Amino acid sequence: MPINCIDDKVVRVDAEAKARGEAMYVSDYSFPDMLYARMIRSDIPRGTIDSISVPQLPDGYYFISAKDIPEGGKNELWMIAKDWRCFADGDVRYVGETIGLLVGPDRNMLDYLAGRVKISYTEQEPAVTIDDALSLKGGPIVGEDNVLCSLFCEKGEKMQSIMDRADSVFTETIETGFQEHVHLETNGALITIEDGRYVIYVSAQCPFYVRKSIAGLLGLNPEDIVIRQTTTGGAFGGKEHFPDVLAGPLLVAESVIRKPIKLIFTREEDMLYSVKRHPSKTVFRTALDKEGNILGIEGTIYYNCGAYLSASYVVLQRGVFHANGVYDFPATYLKGIGVATNTFPSDAFRGFGAPQTLFAIETHLDHIAHKFGFDPAEYKARYFIRKGGETVTNGHIIEEVKLPEMMKKIADASDYYRKAREYGIGSGKGIGMSFYNHGGAFTGNGEQAIIKAHARLVKTGDRVRIEVGSTEMGQGFQTALRKIVANALGLDMDHVDYDNPDTSLVPDSGPTAASRSTMIVGKIAEDCALEMKERWAEGDFSVEKEYQHPEGHPWNQETFRGDAYLGYGWGAACVEVEVDRLTNEVRTTGIWTCHDIGHAIDELIVHGQVNGGVIQSLGYASMEKMENRKGHFKQSSMSDYVIPTSMDFPHQEWFLEDNPYQWGPQGAKGMGELVFNGADAAYVDAVERALGITVTKIPIPPEDIEEALENA
Amino acid sequence: MLRKIVFSVNDARVVFTGNPLTRLIDVLRDELKLTGVKEGCGEGECGACSILKDGKLVTSCILPVGACEGSRIYTIEGIKDTDKGRCIVEAFRDGGAVQCGFCIPGMVMAAYALLSVNPDPDEDAIRRAISGNICRCTGYDLIVASIRLAAERGGDLWR
Repeated sequence: MPINCIDDKVVRVDAEAKARGEAMYVSDYSFPDMLYARMIRSDIPRGTIDSISVPQLPDGYYFISAKDIPEGGKNELWMIAKDWRCFADGDVRYVGETIGLLVGPDRNMLDYLAGRVKISYTEQEPAVTIDDALSLKGGPIVGEDNVLCSLFCEKGEKMQSIMDRADSVFTETIETGFQEHVHLETNGALITIEDGRYVIYVSAQCPFYVRKSIAGLLGLNPEDIVIRQTTTGGAFGGKEHFPDVLAGPLLVAESVIRKPIKLIFTREEDMLYSVKRHPSKTVFRTALDKEGNILGIEGTIYYNCGAYLSASYVVLQRGVFHANGVYDFPATYLKGIGVATNTFPSDAFRGFGAPQTLFAIETHLDHIAHKFGFDPAEYKARYFIRKGGETVTNGHIIEEVKLPEMMKKIADASDYYRKAREYGIGSGKGIGMSFYNHGGAFTGNGEQAIIKAHARLVKTGDRVRIEVGSTEMGQGFQTALRKIVANALGLDMDHVDYDNPDTSLVPDSGPTAASRSTMIVGKIAEDCALEMKERWAEGDFSVEKEYQHPEGHPWNQETFRGDAYLGYGWGAACVEVEVDRLTNEVRTTGIWTCHDIGHAIDELIVHGQVNGGVIQSLGYASMEKMENRKGHFKQSSMSDYVIPTSMDFPHQEWFLEDNPYQWGPQGAKGMGELVFNGADAAYVDAVERALGITVTKIPIPPEDIEEALENA
Repeated sequence: MLRKIVFSVNDARVVFTGNPLTRLIDVLRDELKLTGVKEGCGEGECGACSILKDGKLVTSCILPVGACEGSRIYTIEGIKDTDKGRCIVEAFRDGGAVQCGFCIPGMVMAAYALLSVNPDPDEDAIRRAISGNICRCTGYDLIVASIRLAAERGGDLWR
């Protein structure tokens, strides 16, 4: 059946092969004469390497390290900056930093040999926390002050004069912890040589990032390396830049060994030695009048970036731009500081810096509401930003904001007002509500100035092949994009092909990140399809287009002023809990959400994204505790870093608020990250009300609730 | 220590000669090329490597092959083309249960094991049955609904 309406029900294109166990993930590939690799890593957080002693290697085994980088190559991975080294050389900056790669035919032998590689160090005192970094514990890691990146933006009257005339100033510090992605498929990559070219099979979100990042190791151009994305078993940001850290050492090894080499992380390696969500600390100083009205908010936001910059500056920017949530306050001054520590570099994770500050502002506003005796949800609703409202970057909201309607939907469905009144404070039962948003695509004019995404359609007979660099990682993009194109062409989806990208065959569509694929790449592909439809009778041909940015929305990336985002996703979540007064165990008894994602391309896919994002957020708030002691992550497995099971949270009720986006394909906006951004705050609001406690730090597992009760 | 262990996998006789402590998952994936069996954690926590051993759902990553003497093992490859297997796969497809897919073959096995003993499970029974199978993408609701759909569509198939 041709797709004649975007709302037609379709079957997800990748579901059956995955359910039948036939989809090929990177660990499922093997080649003749294939070798395996095992990483040798730093086991101290900070120090200099005095010596590396490698045992006598049997025939066919290799130890690859910085010394194997050929002349003309540079020991650096080019992410946003080039500071992250492929192999530690001379010194180490965090536990788990790559020192070398053991390669050989038998994995058990590699394990045996790995245990016999001895590295001696002169250790230095590490800085692990944000406070360690700011107090320059052990001396600065970066520059003179450990600041990797910083920015500020301000709106309205000068903050000092507001603070001077305020009736009170409420100061509060809110913190969030590390979070591990736990994509069910661990990180992995496989390198080989085909027709004289290096070819890398990899579980990754951004194949074009990988080749750009690693080419310089051998003094090559990115085009000299072919990246083939394999079916990717979850990513959530954890496979945005991090695949470079596997692909780089593999490329160096391949230049020496010239046989297929496969590197698959164990779960323990993925837990201990991969990127995490940035821990954060936000200090708010809020100026209030006698009635509890907000006059202005000053926020200082610290993100723990780890030892290298990776994507941290961009993450921090998004954190700052979302630090006033969905609200329009008269004046704000927001400063973001990304600090260097001796922990594994923090990097992209669904939400990309926004969840930390959104949690902070929601929780802070709840606390102000409690102080003045207001219902927190109603108090927050007073400040909802509207169309035309000024953002923290002095830009404006371009679209209708339907938060009042969304709030009504979940308040009615959950019976919020009755329950909030009846449960009160400290009854053991609680209900909480949060509001959140997520700016779609790259900040400001980044899509136009930096990314310049391309998409191409190729017509052969009555079939059309989509050629884009965007990847399917579980979010449903292969289905969504085929549906968009089939709809524009009036074709059956079965006549539209879209394979996992191979960088030698498809144009660069920019990274699969920032909730931009449907909104940006989907729109370019739709435009290609509309032109193709007009010219359909011309025979076999292709249409390729570049992203066009709408006129009239200025952005200055130097001063961070202007329209940071053209369209936002908006969300409202309500969570109800019951707490066991003996064990402090929290049972979630209800979850209601409403999201505005423009117009949904496929409701069933959206349903799955909503459910999954909300549960990840509730895990973040309640149970996912990743501690770092003296530079070492303490949780190393799925039995001590616990993520939600099917028993932990109940069935969710979910709603959409239809609000077509003028520049999206069929009115669609981004949604993959939005659905992560707010249920955590609703959960904490509910727990606070149930127990009459004040929570300023997540996650809040039962043992931490006990502590909060003692402080109450 | 070399030993000979004889068992069946997807109705085919397998003679394993080697270290009996070898993990069953390695025999299935590396030697028999049954790559639908996924390794998610290697410690029996996530369920991605779930298989049926004599009708019971077990995680093959913590099962030594030496414990399989005389056992009948089924992997996703052995059930996907049976009427029951197809019923579950199609319900997962139509019900939106699949996202990244890495946990899904194990989930299909868990659903198979459940429906084989309880043809009409309620939501609670389904949630209990898949509580050893971790999914990071879906939040479970659509997996639960899809297993319910398989029960309804399958009807007498499960009785």
